Amino acid sequence: MFSQDRWQEIFETIRKNKLRTTLSGFTVALGIFIFILLFGFGNGLKNTFKEFFLDDATNTLFLFAGKTSKPYKGFKSDRRIEFENSDLQDIKDNFPFFLEYITPRITRNALVKYKNEFDNYNTRAVAPDHQFAEKTIIMKGRYINSLDVNNKTKHAVIGRLVARDLFKQEDPIGKFIDVGNSAFKVVGVFQDAGGDNEERYIYIPYTTRQLLEKSNDKIDQIIVAFRPELAHTGAMAFEKQLRRFLKEKKSIDPRDPNGIYIRNIADALKRNQQFSNVLQWIVTFVGLGTLIAGIIGISNIMVFVVKERTKELGIRKALGATPKSVIAMILQESIFITTISGYVGMGLGIVILNNIGVALEDYFIKNPYINIETALFSTLILILFGGIAGYVPAKRAASIKPIIALRDE
Amino acid sequence: MIQINDLHKSYTMGNSSLHVLKGINLTVQEGELVAIMGSSGSGKSTLLNILGMLDVHDEGTYCLDEVVIKDLDETKAANYRNQFLGFIFQSFNLINYKTALENVSLPLYYQGMKRKERQEQAKQYLTSVGLADWAEHLPSELSGGQKQRVAIARAMASKPKLLLADEPTGALDTTTSYEVMDLIQNINNEGKTILVVTHEEDIAQMCKRIVRLKDGVIVEDKKTNQVIASQYV
Repeated sequence: MFSQDRWQEIFETIRKNKLRTTLSGFTVALGIFIFILLFGFGNGLKNTFKEFFLDDATNTLFLFAGKTSKPYKGFKSDRRIEFENSDLQDIKDNFPFFLEYITPRITRNALVKYKNEFDNYNTRAVAPDHQFAEKTIIMKGRYINSLDVNNKTKHAVIGRLVARDLFKQEDPIGKFIDVGNSAFKVVGVFQDAGGDNEERYIYIPYTTRQLLEKSNDKIDQIIVAFRPELAHTGAMAFEKQLRRFLKEKKSIDPRDPNGIYIRNIADALKRNQQFSNVLQWIVTFVGLGTLIAGIIGISNIMVFVVKERTKELGIRKALGATPKSVIAMILQESIFITTISGYVGMGLGIVILNNIGVALEDYFIKNPYINIETALFSTLILILFGGIAGYVPAKRAASIKPIIALRDE
Repeated sequence: MIQINDLHKSYTMGNSSLHVLKGINLTVQEGELVAIMGSSGSGKSTLLNILGMLDVHDEGTYCLDEVVIKDLDETKAANYRNQFLGFIFQSFNLINYKTALENVSLPLYYQGMKRKERQEQAKQYLTSVGLADWAEHLPSELSGGQKQRVAIARAMASKPKLLLADEPTGALDTTTSYEVMDLIQNINNEGKTILVVTHEEDIAQMCKRIVRLKDGVIVEDKKTNQVIASQYV
């Protein structure tokens, strides 16, 4: 199989039949090239999808308070429930096993001014850990820290678009902005992968917001993050226990569906992941389809090649070529061509994928890529099937009586 | 060299069967130059193909150099062809993308000879047919006579015991035909056994013996007064 003479014979055949070699090589290279591109695009689509749905931390529960709908323990129904600072501490104390971090969030709309520029923005009064919940990325300066919370400082972290609209080219760090008639010092600028709306927020310490609102200790919303290793089941158990604990504390009927609401991101995530899986299936299906089309292409070429060589094979057999050597010759040649051009097509596809980056972002394809393992494996598959596709007609050609093959014109 | 007893061959075409060879008995000694003649459809090519193991017979016995040729699988037949037989075809059957030299060295490749060695030998045979200067030319660059001489060199290269020529002059003009026959006579004079299928009387007269076939049986088998081809060249 690997004798030097055999290879020389094959190289000679390849060299002297350039058109045939080019055609079959091109088919194979094109097949694997398109496969790599499509598969990569599929992955790019998944990247975009992930970005749309998964820009926030996914191990979080959002707690809201509302009105009760059942009387309980001497309380009337329709009672308004509110979270307080003590709730934060209680959750911390009672669920250390589940808890990763906890942060309040008080959202208020305010007119914000800087020099002659002004606009309405939403402010979010938060604790430092809120940065993880929203996956906020600091561009300049810093985020709200625990000193800010303890000292109730008037510090603000503004979104990229807030900075752009109010400060234009100016550096906002250290400048003072007027938020609802109180002056806040800008200590940081952030960006967020969640899009433009996310970058129009202003973050301030939640204690400062409470101070401004007559020193109350009310909280709109609590964001609780559980340890990611708990996974979906753990998150569901946590949610259940948390609900029971809070209802107990706030004296809400355990059967009351209202009063406290918990939005479990993990649960939503699971649904999103199912969609993501469907996307993965589509990508795989498209990839398989292309691969099969490529295999059919190679098979056609191989049938044609063998047909074209029928007479030559007849001559070789008349001169003493055994059927085995005829099959081996065709196979070795086809596998050689398939391998070379297959890897050329693969390399080309990967190079192009790597250079696309965000160029196709408008078409929902971002950073397309293909695992090198997938690429290598599919190329191998193509070569293997190319070999099989060559084997069948080669075997038939080898079993044709030489006298019939010689008559072939 | 060749011993054939009661050889039969039929071809099935659809549901009708065509009985081509109807009991051929033929013995050829070593060193003979035999012409097999007959009109088309007489079975002469079929006989040659069976002798050349390119086709198989249905009934009867065929001995080549004291080896009984029977129930050959393709691999065995290929090895026999490679060791015992050299072919010369009417349409030359050179591989068109290989040079003259490569065509001649091909049977040696299938004998497992090393590249250098077989190219040297092929060169010798090309020289012996007078085409040493054309070694690197492709068949398409050669004339019909040259092509046939390359084919003869190729047939000789594997040092066969028996040379089979199927209408070797069928595609050539008279002068070239005689040149080719001259070459065949020379090879025969060196002791090689040669069978030539032809339907041209003058070519047949240049052999030492003529076997005439008609409708699948031998109707005549006689020695000739061999005409020496070189006197016409």
